[in-house]
Amino acid sequence: MTAAIPSPSAAPPPEERRRRFSLRSRLGDQLFAWALLAPAFVVLIAFTHYPIIRSAWSSAHSRGGDLGVQQYQRLLEDPVFWQVLRNNLWFALGTVPTSMALAILMAVWVNNKLRGKAFVRLAYFTPTILPMVAVASIWLFFFSPGIGPIDQLLNAVGLPTKNWLGDPSTVLPALMVMMIWKQAGFFMIFYLAGLQNMSPELEEASTLEGASRWYHFRRVTFPLLMPTTLFIFVVAVTDAFKIIDHLFIMTGGGPNNASNLLLFYIYDTAFSFFDPNYAGALTMALVVILSLIAIIQFTVLERRVHYR
Amino acid sequence: MSARSRTLALVASLATGALVLTGCGGDGDSSEGSGTLTMYYPVAVGGPLTDVVDELIASCSEEHDIEVEAVYSGSYEDTMTKAQTAARSGQGPDLAVLLTTDLYTLIDNELIVPLSSVDDDLSWAEDRFYPAYLASGEAEGELWSLPFQRSTIVQYHNKEIFEAAGLDPESPPTTWDELVDQATTIQAEGAAEFGVEIPSTQFGNWMFQAMAIQTGVEDTAGVDGIVDYLDDPGSVEALEWWKSMVDDGIMPSGTTEWASTPEDFLQGRTGIMWHTTGNLTNVKSNADFEFGVSMLPANTQPGSPTGGGNLYVFDKGDEDTRADAYTIAKCLTEPELAAEWSMESGYVATGPEAWETDTMAEYAEEFPQAAVARDQLEVAVGETTSHENGRVSQAINDAIAAVLTGGTEPQDGLTQLQSSIDDILAPYQG
Repeated sequence: MTAAIPSPSAAPPPEERRRRFSLRSRLGDQLFAWALLAPAFVVLIAFTHYPIIRSAWSSAHSRGGDLGVQQYQRLLEDPVFWQVLRNNLWFALGTVPTSMALAILMAVWVNNKLRGKAFVRLAYFTPTILPMVAVASIWLFFFSPGIGPIDQLLNAVGLPTKNWLGDPSTVLPALMVMMIWKQAGFFMIFYLAGLQNMSPELEEASTLEGASRWYHFRRVTFPLLMPTTLFIFVVAVTDAFKIIDHLFIMTGGGPNNASNLLLFYIYDTAFSFFDPNYAGALTMALVVILSLIAIIQFTVLERRVHYR
Repeated sequence: MSARSRTLALVASLATGALVLTGCGGDGDSSEGSGTLTMYYPVAVGGPLTDVVDELIASCSEEHDIEVEAVYSGSYEDTMTKAQTAARSGQGPDLAVLLTTDLYTLIDNELIVPLSSVDDDLSWAEDRFYPAYLASGEAEGELWSLPFQRSTIVQYHNKEIFEAAGLDPESPPTTWDELVDQATTIQAEGAAEFGVEIPSTQFGNWMFQAMAIQTGVEDTAGVDGIVDYLDDPGSVEALEWWKSMVDDGIMPSGTTEWASTPEDFLQGRTGIMWHTTGNLTNVKSNADFEFGVSMLPANTQPGSPTGGGNLYVFDKGDEDTRADAYTIAKCLTEPELAAEWSMESGYVATGPEAWETDTMAEYAEEFPQAAVARDQLEVAVGETTSHENGRVSQAINDAIAAVLTGGTEPQDGLTQLQSSIDDILAPYQG
């Protein structure tokens, strides 16, 4: 870097030279850093920040174009909004803990020295490779009343069959099962990576001390996996709000909004009902919810995570 | 880091930025001025129909020497979404096939032009189209669209299942009571899992309107884009009847998927189904059994709403472009083309002239099921066409689903529904 500094004609005293040098190079580094970040910022601003601001601006207008809080009043009084919000919370509650528990279980299982573990790992990971739309189509068939494999199976063992996706009491749980099936393998990969990073001495030490395997898992492995767990938790919770592809294929949010999720309702409002102002207000609600979750995750939970 | 590699890194990052920006810029200049029309069309029924539409458009394009870029754009709903969003950024279609029920939504958003603005004399349309179809393109004293892929609801029945149940395969139900009786027999005899299926998702509102018409409810099509038939006693009776069939188990419990109903019929899971005529060709080519098509049964009177899509000329480009779009639209509805389209798809040929063409007359003789929908037009009513169509039809579908799945009683559900629709339509009340 010294090559870039032009030598002044009359050499100033050494301290001043050092000061000027550090100032200039610091300024240069700053500019350089910003220039490198610029493309990412452009994309981020164009596709994330600007749309959020636009949504906020649009949500502050009535349909006629007057400025006001009318859209937010509507939101508070809209029973469908509260229903999709409730659905979304249940959906997150139903999918996140289960798929994480399954993921860690599968990871510990395929991390063991068992025969054909490459095959088992692949089998667990396969649902993740499939696109959501394909998964939804497959499960639409699984759940289809009468001809689907699930009903066929129930029929064979003499249990009553059900119209899984056509009944408000079963539609959301049915979608949760599919989501867990799809997500658990994905999360397993992260846990597996975490486990493989763990030094074998820890286990040897536990064995020497006579700790049981469960005790070792509870007191050593699991705490050491906390950073992974936090990461997966963040991804899983945001996914529960973000992934709605399956609704287009499987239920369209029905019957009577029983499987409708917030993002799908936003899509409907904006593009089927052509009400961009109200869709803007709904979007702001989603942004607030996701930000709240992020804040809770990174302030409250972060403190309980041991990084090495 | 050396000065050289630093410069390189900078250049690379700036280049990426520039690439991203140009990528976003779109091709505003290149796509315009070439004189090519853009046309969006959906395919809402089974079967590989995009080739057929492309062929029809190509023949009109050649005949009038107008270049048309035909874009298959998914379902009706997808097409409406694409047309709306594209039109907002000035890239919308010049011509599109959209649901007749979207008429007021398109007018309210100032997306389409009345046809009188491109043609002073529209009297030809009265000769070419059935009045029931033409009426659904009319609003505010103007004609806005030309009938293209039009349908009604018809009743399909599986003749083999009828025979297995000891019923006469040539006399499908003509009244509600007969329908319930026959469906119960089919199920009791074990001839099929379900006696009858009437889909309640996506176009459940359409099926419901049919039942309301059959119960004698007036103005189900809406008046000037305002819908208020839903809490009529006849409407309540209609929904009670529908629910009773679900409760009795002659129909599947919960809601019945629009798209899987024809599949159930083809698989022999149900003896009877109500569905659009647009599925006729699909059923005809995939059924490995004899099937019959008949008019919908009557409660106090027979009847069905019309359905399907019309050709709309969009408010885009200059007068010449619109005139070209109109020419293509008019050409697509010519009797020979309408006949071909009807035979390939199952949609009802849109006017008497089309039915008089040799090919169509021959087809109707060979396959009399095709003529049922035409004959039903005598008692057909325009389908519910409302301002805020997306929201209103969604609200109706939600209420139907709530009742059929046991969430609410028909009377309460419909009273609530009408009041929420009144709220939605309040800004449009004259």
